[in-house]
Amino acid sequence: MDLFHVSASPHTRDTVTTGRIMADVAIALIPASAFGVYYFGLNALVVLCVSMLTCVLTEYLYERLMKKAHTPYECSALVTGLLLGMNLPAGVPLWIPVIGGVFAILVVKQLYGGLGHNFMNPALAARCFLLICFAGRMTDFEVTGLAASGASSDTANLILNGAAGIDGISGATPLAVLKAGGSPELFDMFFGYTGGTIGETSALMLLIGAAYLLIRRVISIRIPLTYILTVVIFALCFGGRGFDGAYLLGQVLGGGLLLGAFFMATDYVTSPITPAGQIVFGALLGIFTGIFRIFGGSAEGVSYAIIFCNLLVPLIEKATMPAAFGVRRRRKG
Amino acid sequence: MAFTFHGGLHTYDGKELSKDKPITVLAPKGDMVYPMSQHIGAPAVPVVARGDKVLAGQKIAEANGAVSACVISSVSGEVRAIEPRMTASGTESLSIVVENDNEYRTIEGLGEKRDYRSLSADQIRSVIKEAGIVGMGGAGFPTHVKLTPKDDGAIDYVIVNASECEPYLTSDYRIMIEYPKLLVEGLRIEMSLFPNAKGIIAIEDNKKDAAEALIALTRQDPDIEVKLLKTKYPQGAERQLIYAATGRKIHSAMLPADAGCIVNNVDSVVAIYYAVAESTPLFRRIITVTGDAVVNPQNFWVRTGTSYTCLAEAAGGFRSKPEKLISGGPMMGQALFTLDIPVTKTSSALLAFTKDEVSRYEEGPCIRCGRCVSVCPGRIVPQKMMEAAERSDYEQFVRLNGMECCECGCCTYVCPAKRRLTQAFRQMRRSILDSRKKK
Repeated sequence: MDLFHVSASPHTRDTVTTGRIMADVAIALIPASAFGVYYFGLNALVVLCVSMLTCVLTEYLYERLMKKAHTPYECSALVTGLLLGMNLPAGVPLWIPVIGGVFAILVVKQLYGGLGHNFMNPALAARCFLLICFAGRMTDFEVTGLAASGASSDTANLILNGAAGIDGISGATPLAVLKAGGSPELFDMFFGYTGGTIGETSALMLLIGAAYLLIRRVISIRIPLTYILTVVIFALCFGGRGFDGAYLLGQVLGGGLLLGAFFMATDYVTSPITPAGQIVFGALLGIFTGIFRIFGGSAEGVSYAIIFCNLLVPLIEKATMPAAFGVRRRRKG
Repeated sequence: MAFTFHGGLHTYDGKELSKDKPITVLAPKGDMVYPMSQHIGAPAVPVVARGDKVLAGQKIAEANGAVSACVISSVSGEVRAIEPRMTASGTESLSIVVENDNEYRTIEGLGEKRDYRSLSADQIRSVIKEAGIVGMGGAGFPTHVKLTPKDDGAIDYVIVNASECEPYLTSDYRIMIEYPKLLVEGLRIEMSLFPNAKGIIAIEDNKKDAAEALIALTRQDPDIEVKLLKTKYPQGAERQLIYAATGRKIHSAMLPADAGCIVNNVDSVVAIYYAVAESTPLFRRIITVTGDAVVNPQNFWVRTGTSYTCLAEAAGGFRSKPEKLISGGPMMGQALFTLDIPVTKTSSALLAFTKDEVSRYEEGPCIRCGRCVSVCPGRIVPQKMMEAAERSDYEQFVRLNGMECCECGCCTYVCPAKRRLTQAFRQMRRSILDSRKKK
């Protein structure tokens, strides 16, 4: 019989779906990834593709094996793969993104219950896992493609070579230069003509993607803004260079801060859901990033700061529950 | 600047389908059915028996206890049965069934004009009680109870809830466009009960023409203010409305009177006018019949007890078989499985849609995007409440201020994973309220 549909109210829904949000994030990452491929060469493209493919395939196989609903259409694994790839140097051997992808999806995401249940950003957790296991390969920023030919920018080349001369690692990120006492080439950093992982170098492209996410209201400005401001303030206070504009800007543009602040710290699953909590989260991220960068052994700090603060999310949320409308805060006890 | 509240959302409102259609009188067909539960509180008790002749305007059921309301017959005819009948809420309610003789003979004195200024406050309250008036916005709280706070002098504002924030509904708007005088007069009657009260007509800024008509009518009256509120759902939720109109905040366990406010819906205020100034009890209401499946969306003056089937017919029937029928608005209304139910005092609309939007979507896992938190007008955290609801953790649900939820549906509307939050919260809240009652 042809019956009427009955369901509980509301009887209308917004058109936004999980899949569309994830697709928006993927779209927003395209400019920065495209620049990475343009700058670091086809190697970078291969790394990105292998990383995405591994993640999507791992998710598919796991869900098939566990007889769970298939979720690749939600594009979440695709985004994880893309982010992971963007966090790798262009010259890594291809088994690195494969191991990273399997770790991100299988260990960090699916074993904890799949989409929405992971307590750490899968891409970053995988990156840190790889950094610990294969430190050499993961920090080998020896470059290929345009970057190596020097056709793009003389200064980029200069920094790379110069920095390599200073601290003896092959190919250096701008932050390493900063840490070693050098001064950053801000224009190159802004456009992306520097050493680094595939997706982190071009501030301009990352900002274009971030603007897209903000306009589409996929993310709010709370976490990225407090994060970046706190890093600046921290560097101002403890960087040892006082109010050195170039140094402070270098801190913002370098070391994947923009990639981390706009695309990974804002990961819904692993950031606080309360508005006040998002501000606290951003501030903590800034402080930890500052500590890792300035007092730590490495020049980088974004990835570790984010996965560490991911662990603090439940506590932050508990402390920042909003007062319900018209209700005074309940007495404790 | 328009006045507003935290959270909420603006959706496609569909009001253009019916907003320019004048209110027309709908002639009922078939038997009239009067459920004893058309309000919050104890069901009314029938005072007629099978075979009795009744007149339009006659009381056929008496209020039962303090919080209850009487029921008035809307036609003349014979009582055919007193039996359980299906209602819009999907449950059966004891109902008086009257066979309409189509003569519409009325009780004596119906329609007689009188000056409310010649009546005492107690007389006015008793007239309102005997007229069976309840909140016609949907909740159905008995109006005479609402108008009897502990201290009349403590009431600072009498607010008319003219926001009509539910999408598709245009019945209140039509009243304000066609009969603004009745609304203003009804408000004056209410204000006469409270010596210190000012009147506020709170209206969303998408109804500027109605607001202008009301402003023109009240220009000479310093005690009445027409306040434009931002067009945003759920602007008409009582607590949000009070905040937007007066800046005062109350929580779910408080009454508007605790903040010195009395809030009534547009049609209820008109009902007060008719009861007090024209000796006509409540046996009609204005209903919007609309939706993409309806041939001629429009607004009707309808006698209570009329079958929803008549509403659909009067609007030209359906273009094609609708997938979904809703009594009330799309955000908080009830889905119907049959049209064989009566119009009651709280029926604001019949919506018919060719496609059921909701059945397209399957629930996915929560990605903690926080959209529910940002739209929640109660400033609570639906995402955490849902976790508690999934574990049936009542204590945690209460701790998370789950009882502050007004079931407006905003969280469910925005959820990208299409989770049925409001449904789960409603179940939790019902269970908790039930267990509290038992204690």
